[in-house]
Amino acid sequence: MSQATLERGLNALREEIDAPVAAFFSSCVNCGLCAEACLFYTETGDPRYTPINKLEPLRRIWEQEFTLWGRVKKALGLTQPVTDELLQEWEPLVYDACSLCGRCSMVCPVGNDIAYMIRKEREGFVASGNAPEGMKGASARAVKIGSPMGVKFHAVQAQIRHIEADTGLEIPVDVVGADYLALLSSMEIMNFPEYIEALARIFKQAGVSWTLCSEAFEATNAGIQIGSSDIAAELVERVVKGAEKLKVKYVISPECGHAYTAIRWEGPNLIGRRYPFKVVHILELLDELRVAGKLKTQGMDEARLTFHDPCQIVRKGGVLEPPRNLLKQVAANFVEMSDHREMNWCCGGGGGVSANERADELRLKVFARKKSQLDELNVDKLVTACANCRLMLEDGLEEYRVELPVVGLTEMLAEHLVEDNE
Amino acid sequence: MNSPIDFLLWVKGPAFDIALAVFVIGIVVRLLEIVLLGRKQDLAEPKGGEFGPGLRTIVTRTLPEAGSFKQSPFTVIGGYIWHIGFLICLLFFVPHIELLHSVLGIKWPGLSSHIVDAVAVVTMVTLVAMLIDRITHSVKRFLSGPEDYLVWLAAFLPIVTGYLAYHRMLTPYPLVLGIHILSIEFLMVIFPFTKLMHTFTFPLARWYNGAMAGRRGVQS
Repeated sequence: MSQATLERGLNALREEIDAPVAAFFSSCVNCGLCAEACLFYTETGDPRYTPINKLEPLRRIWEQEFTLWGRVKKALGLTQPVTDELLQEWEPLVYDACSLCGRCSMVCPVGNDIAYMIRKEREGFVASGNAPEGMKGASARAVKIGSPMGVKFHAVQAQIRHIEADTGLEIPVDVVGADYLALLSSMEIMNFPEYIEALARIFKQAGVSWTLCSEAFEATNAGIQIGSSDIAAELVERVVKGAEKLKVKYVISPECGHAYTAIRWEGPNLIGRRYPFKVVHILELLDELRVAGKLKTQGMDEARLTFHDPCQIVRKGGVLEPPRNLLKQVAANFVEMSDHREMNWCCGGGGGVSANERADELRLKVFARKKSQLDELNVDKLVTACANCRLMLEDGLEEYRVELPVVGLTEMLAEHLVEDNE
Repeated sequence: MNSPIDFLLWVKGPAFDIALAVFVIGIVVRLLEIVLLGRKQDLAEPKGGEFGPGLRTIVTRTLPEAGSFKQSPFTVIGGYIWHIGFLICLLFFVPHIELLHSVLGIKWPGLSSHIVDAVAVVTMVTLVAMLIDRITHSVKRFLSGPEDYLVWLAAFLPIVTGYLAYHRMLTPYPLVLGIHILSIEFLMVIFPFTKLMHTFTFPLARWYNGAMAGRRGVQS
């Protein structure tokens, strides 16, 4: 990355201002309703965490350079500039206290998509050097090593060998002409390898032609979290090259939420061209298999359980029904949280917050929101579909001394698979 | 401008023309400033449409999300009351309809002035309550700057001066009426330069929000 300077940061902010941003800033009347939609405000009561306030640096650039009246005010010395000090002061608000969950964007009465703007604002922060060390490290590892957690392909191979030895299943790698290329997140590789096993079992039963790619296995995108389009584009390009090389028809985004946002929604815009393949989320694919009668399960989990909607998959990704359809196939006592689907509350660790150690204390504090949602339900099991959410949920539950197993939906389905169709 | 009549004539004549010009040209410039920025073509394969979901969000955001309403009922209800009250006073007071008829050439039935009078009182009380809320609520106080209080004043003055004029509470009448019209002109002149612009930009903002979510298969 080129040297970060204030000037680069300001230029990055300027480049991010478009018609939606201008319409949003023009419409805000400081009603404060977005605060109540944000767990960083509701759980701390700190007005600095009001979502729209996190956008003050971007708002100043818009007002002073993109409105006639703002330019007059600036010329008369009636405005405050965006300085390094301002960006430093706002950095924890923009990175530690926003998980890009987008809940605020659902409640603003004038319709402001605040999360859209914070994603954009981060471009200016990273270009000016004002980003958390934890996220800078994750981005650097993602570019140099190929994974934000420093996971190399031999680690994936080690997991593959384990799974193959345990189950006798074959995990295809670098198969040219397969229909589907499955991507993974580092967290799945290191913390939840059950996911890979679940894929192998389900795809075997359903007769899905699939492969992993040794050069493009990592789906997560630290560039998007920190807000660097350059890094993000480089990471997306790896996946696209891998998919093109193997001539697959589809790329499967893993459960991981922001990976889906990265590869499904931001990817083509980052690299500036449409993909020659389609991207599906694993839950979308599983739901298609279910509808086609290719996902045969047996038995019902009798535990009272609920589903935590990962923000990027559901609210920001539009995968609303598949997790419910799939859960109902294997769970007898599925109950919804009070706020669910597109109004669900974040686990607190999205948008790079989990990669930013400085934010740990705040993240665990605001987890109280998820805990109170769970308290209302009195469930015995919590299901989700994002490795990051899952880790954050486990971490939060441990912090609040709640004994509640957290499971991934894909592996839960795999556990109920009928395996008689050899 | 020595007499109240001169003042009234000035307010109704040259001052109104200037205010109207600033209002109209200012709004057009502001809207062009927004729309001409455009937005990049989205290359990701869409899951849903943009146009329809955008229009839907324009309508649905008129009602509060359930959680926000529960958390901030005063902000929501107060907002409804004063906006609707202001519009009733503006658009359904018979003298206003006559004035608009002379300018725009269209007219519609008005409300009895007793009803408009009562609505004006409710609107004023609500606006004062909302000002107190803005000063005392931790989030609103934190967010608010001089502009927020200026636009509050700009919305409040026309109602108060209209009320005073209607009840002949100050004399001479031409002076009070002149002040009332001047307060509207103040509102019109600052309109394009302040967040009063949300009156015209909120449909745009809601549309973009709904369109971008709609593309991803979510109704926002």
